[in-house]
Amino acid sequence: MRILVLADLHEGQLAGATAHVVAAAQAIGGDIDILVAGEGVQAAAEAAATLDGVSNVRVADNAVYAHQLAEPLSALLVELADDYTHVLASASTTGKNVLPRLAALKEVSQLSDIIAVESADTFKRPIYAGNAIATVKSDDALKVITVRATAFDAVGGSASASVEAVDFTPDNAQSRFVDESLAQSDRPELGGARVVISGGRGMGNGDNFKLLDGIADKLGAAIGASRAAVDAGFVPNDMQVGQTGKIVAPELYMAVGISGAIQHLAGMKDSKVIVAINKDEEAPIFQVADYGLVGDLFEILPELESKL
Amino acid sequence: MKILVAVKRVIDYNVKIRVKADHSDVDLTNVKMAMNPFCEIAVEEAVRLKEKGAATEVVAVTIGPKAAQEQLRTALALGADRALHIETDERAESLAVAKLLAKVVDEEQPSLVILGKQAIDTDNNQTGQMLAALTHLPQGTFASEVALDGDQVQVTREIDGGLQTVALTLPAIVTTDLRLNEPRYAKLPDIMKAKKKPLEVKTPADYGVEVASRVSLLKVESPAERKGGVRVASVDELVDKLKNEAKVL
Repeated sequence: MRILVLADLHEGQLAGATAHVVAAAQAIGGDIDILVAGEGVQAAAEAAATLDGVSNVRVADNAVYAHQLAEPLSALLVELADDYTHVLASASTTGKNVLPRLAALKEVSQLSDIIAVESADTFKRPIYAGNAIATVKSDDALKVITVRATAFDAVGGSASASVEAVDFTPDNAQSRFVDESLAQSDRPELGGARVVISGGRGMGNGDNFKLLDGIADKLGAAIGASRAAVDAGFVPNDMQVGQTGKIVAPELYMAVGISGAIQHLAGMKDSKVIVAINKDEEAPIFQVADYGLVGDLFEILPELESKL
Repeated sequence: MKILVAVKRVIDYNVKIRVKADHSDVDLTNVKMAMNPFCEIAVEEAVRLKEKGAATEVVAVTIGPKAAQEQLRTALALGADRALHIETDERAESLAVAKLLAKVVDEEQPSLVILGKQAIDTDNNQTGQMLAALTHLPQGTFASEVALDGDQVQVTREIDGGLQTVALTLPAIVTTDLRLNEPRYAKLPDIMKAKKKPLEVKTPADYGVEVASRVSLLKVESPAERKGGVRVASVDELVDKLKNEAKVL
């Protein structure tokens, strides 16, 4: 078996999720190559070459791959896919955007967001917002798969794989990058943070999210939000945790003023320890919380910050 | 211009699902069904484009059992002009749905196809991208803003780090994120009128597409239950438990 992993990039650098996807590839077994595609990605390629278990890093460094547009990236993957039995990517917005396009171009199915590898053709994945786990077997010659990064432990970084350039430049007259606005933050990335503290509608307004800052600073935590908080305009959408936002599985997840709707739970119920702070003692979040504290978050948060 | 909208009948998003005792699938007997929430947003966006004068016709399509016509009637009540039902009782996976939709695109020649970004039952998030691949059209996935501009559409996409805007040459495929719009409710007179709007029924065989699945569903299980937690009485107790019992601080 030969497995190609599409590297996840964040602002041109190798994103942490890639090491988790390589772990999933190792569970499948076989030779593992990483494809790093972008513009000015030599450093990312060198970082990818250190990941344990990787045989080759293939680098497509070309302006056409800047911003990871689906049309050129899937054309590149189609060009390379015949050498492989599996193509994997993390279930990031890039992986979700590109891999189904590759699968259809190769006339195969795609498996989304796998959380376990049973064998080289059988995998587990959540369905119905994580309320059921399906075991699925693919009969396709080429398996195209996105991986839930939080479900696999990252591989180490002490290897030195070879790095080779891929020379392929697809034409793309159909789509054009216009601009992007990325949220700026010094905090750890939400998907990979050890601790996440999230606020919901109970926070009342966007300014009150500042109450979470001090606690997040002390714990080295990322700050998340429920969909209700995002829809109410309290915080930007890239902070959303849930079925339609990010899936997180930190060691500690603190849900503040979040009721615990199915769609939110889908994004965080695999956290190791869950703490709920809510004034409504009937809130469904308490059914999944390891530690629940009923009370007014506006009193509890400052006290918590002072006692950490 | 013409807009094609694909909608899916799924279990209502508020329903707490049950796994069948034999682990063959999720139990859908006597469960409330509804239009997939992301598809509602797709219909709303298409109807708004028509109301703005940017589109002349909105065609809604679904693939599924006979009962899925309810969801097409909903789309018609929300403002779609006509509907197409491709009837099948098979579990059509994303690739088969995309192949059927590609045939419909070929026949109808819409300038824009709008789909939801994912169905809340299978959570695949694949069909729009696959349709774009099969029709060789550009894709604007996870859209939170769609702006038509001559022969192009500008799509603002929700990506992991924030937002990204791309310009696509029409015709194009767009999939909706939740923040694209807030769908309206169908009013009673519109629901009555929708009953008179045209609804055509076809089968996958009419398009020469095999629906048979190449991914077999071996087993469906309930996820591991989380153990019931404890209530703490104070912040001090919480901090103490996190430090000494859970050891996460």
